[in-house]
Amino acid sequence: MELVCPAGNYQSLIKAVDHGANAVYMGLKNETNARNFAGLNFSDKQIAKAIEYAHKNGCKVYCAVNTYAREHTWKHWTRSVDTIMGSGIDTIIVADIGVMDYIRSRSDNFPIHLSVQASATNLESLNFYHRNFSIKRAVLPRVLSLSQVSMLARKSPVEIEVFGFGSLCIMAEGRCYLSSYLTGESPNTHGVCSPASFVRWEDNGSTLESRLNGLLIDRFEENENAGYPTLCKGRFQVEGRVEHALEEPTSLNTMAILPELKAAGVKAIKIEGRQRSPSYVASVTRTWRKAMDLINEQDKNVPSDYIDELANLAEGKQTTIGAYERSWQ
Amino acid sequence: MKISVAAVPYFWSADTYKEFYQALAKTSVDIIYLGETVCSKRRSLKIQDWLEIAQQLKDHGKEVVLSTLTLLEAESELSYLKKIVLQSDYQVEANDMSAVQIASEANRSFTVGSAVNVYNTHTLTKLNQLGMNRWVVPVELGKEELRPIASKAIELNIEVEYQSFGRMPLAFSARCFTARHHQLPKDNCQFKCLEDEQGLLIKTQEGDSFAQINGIQTQSSKVVNLLNRSQELASTNIDIMRVVPLNPADTIEAINKLEESISTLSPDITFENNQNYEYCNGYWLQIEGMKYVQ
Repeated sequence: MELVCPAGNYQSLIKAVDHGANAVYMGLKNETNARNFAGLNFSDKQIAKAIEYAHKNGCKVYCAVNTYAREHTWKHWTRSVDTIMGSGIDTIIVADIGVMDYIRSRSDNFPIHLSVQASATNLESLNFYHRNFSIKRAVLPRVLSLSQVSMLARKSPVEIEVFGFGSLCIMAEGRCYLSSYLTGESPNTHGVCSPASFVRWEDNGSTLESRLNGLLIDRFEENENAGYPTLCKGRFQVEGRVEHALEEPTSLNTMAILPELKAAGVKAIKIEGRQRSPSYVASVTRTWRKAMDLINEQDKNVPSDYIDELANLAEGKQTTIGAYERSWQ
Repeated sequence: MKISVAAVPYFWSADTYKEFYQALAKTSVDIIYLGETVCSKRRSLKIQDWLEIAQQLKDHGKEVVLSTLTLLEAESELSYLKKIVLQSDYQVEANDMSAVQIASEANRSFTVGSAVNVYNTHTLTKLNQLGMNRWVVPVELGKEELRPIASKAIELNIEVEYQSFGRMPLAFSARCFTARHHQLPKDNCQFKCLEDEQGLLIKTQEGDSFAQINGIQTQSSKVVNLLNRSQELASTNIDIMRVVPLNPADTIEAINKLEESISTLSPDITFENNQNYEYCNGYWLQIEGMKYVQ
């Protein structure tokens, strides 16, 4: 199995490569990728340097052009594709079939990985992208149980990549518009979710409140760990009861089920977190490299202290296997 | 301008569905979408029951489209999908790329639902080549963004449908939020969603409406209301105004109001039981979806 690590910027890319990533994924400095945050991503010049460094060290480089192209700015997507295809990159990660069609108009066989944002959760959907665009690999949304992933990986016409660690998106990716409902900007349209420019913190003495575009997402007592107001992870009222109605602040960690994922024929494990710091990328890559080596070379289970190491880096300092485990659903 | 009614997003009893469609048959609605789009466990009506309702509506002169599940994971869900897509009496609404795949392989034309991401003319053209003849616009797309895509749709002979009333489908998850609220596992959900005729409201701790949970679907808490904007929609080359059902009575009221608004060009959004709902129209105006602008 291949370990695919996030490279939000050049420093993170170096850390991921140095600590054992088999591949890194990145984006350009524009709205064509799903981590369109200030201070992140690569300029044209940096791409060449990044690819050179990674390739010299035996690491592949993937580039995400994985938001949905808007009609008025279609050229931003084609220009990004042109830049990437001429850069020596190993793969483009894409969600929009218009963009895939454009890539195929330029090349019959340039490798395309289907982005998680395309939300392909079943065999017929994978068949669609395989037959129409000859995709090489698909990244599965974080909504399938382990048995569903295994079934799919066995029958899939393309390689399967799954999320292993990082932020837990609880909705089928590419099909969640909650962020634009609240702020006007969503992953599909702007490459952002719960964007920082709409976040406001209010300290009221005994409580700290987090708001997104004015709406109260959560309220923390002094002894509580205040997390970023990702809109699906706040506390809300349902029938008079205040609860984490959608999800708690927690991260995904699938290390405990790595042997099953390998047995199912999953080709690659993706680590989320292009928005995280280089030192985070270094720590997570290092631990995952050790775990993957145990699985790949010795077919051993991953010791629990590896999992504990990662919990400290996780959102809310807690992790879950998420939808892979039926009881989470 | 035609009027359509989307598949009921909520879980109702067999009798409630049947009464609702009997009442709909008597309205001026042109197109009716039937079937379950949210959760495959909801089976108060079997495929045969849906086809009977379809026939009755057809007899009343309605165009019937069979809608399909949005998030498909299990193999059993795919086999049910195939049965619907491969029947030959009605057009289908594809809410996932799997339905597009099955329909296009069988050379069937199809409607593409709002949960399939079509954000530009290039994607529209590709899907048209595969058999799409009607497009339900993603809820996030507003009039200025839509305009050039809708123009292309005319050229390709694709009808354009826009949600003009009802709560918007905003997200789909593996998790059932209704079961979670009742502290039940999804596999033993006890069909709690049958108790909520229109889903469950989520409010912020300050009492502002936030979202509506409906099984694995999350909807907008506010009801999109473009009942007074049919002319604007028509001038953006929209052919069909879509109503997403609330409860049966209010849905029929809203349809009658929309019909009146289209025929008399009266810019009015109110209808009976109006006070029960908060409205929004932000997406159409290219701002936050939850906003309402007079």
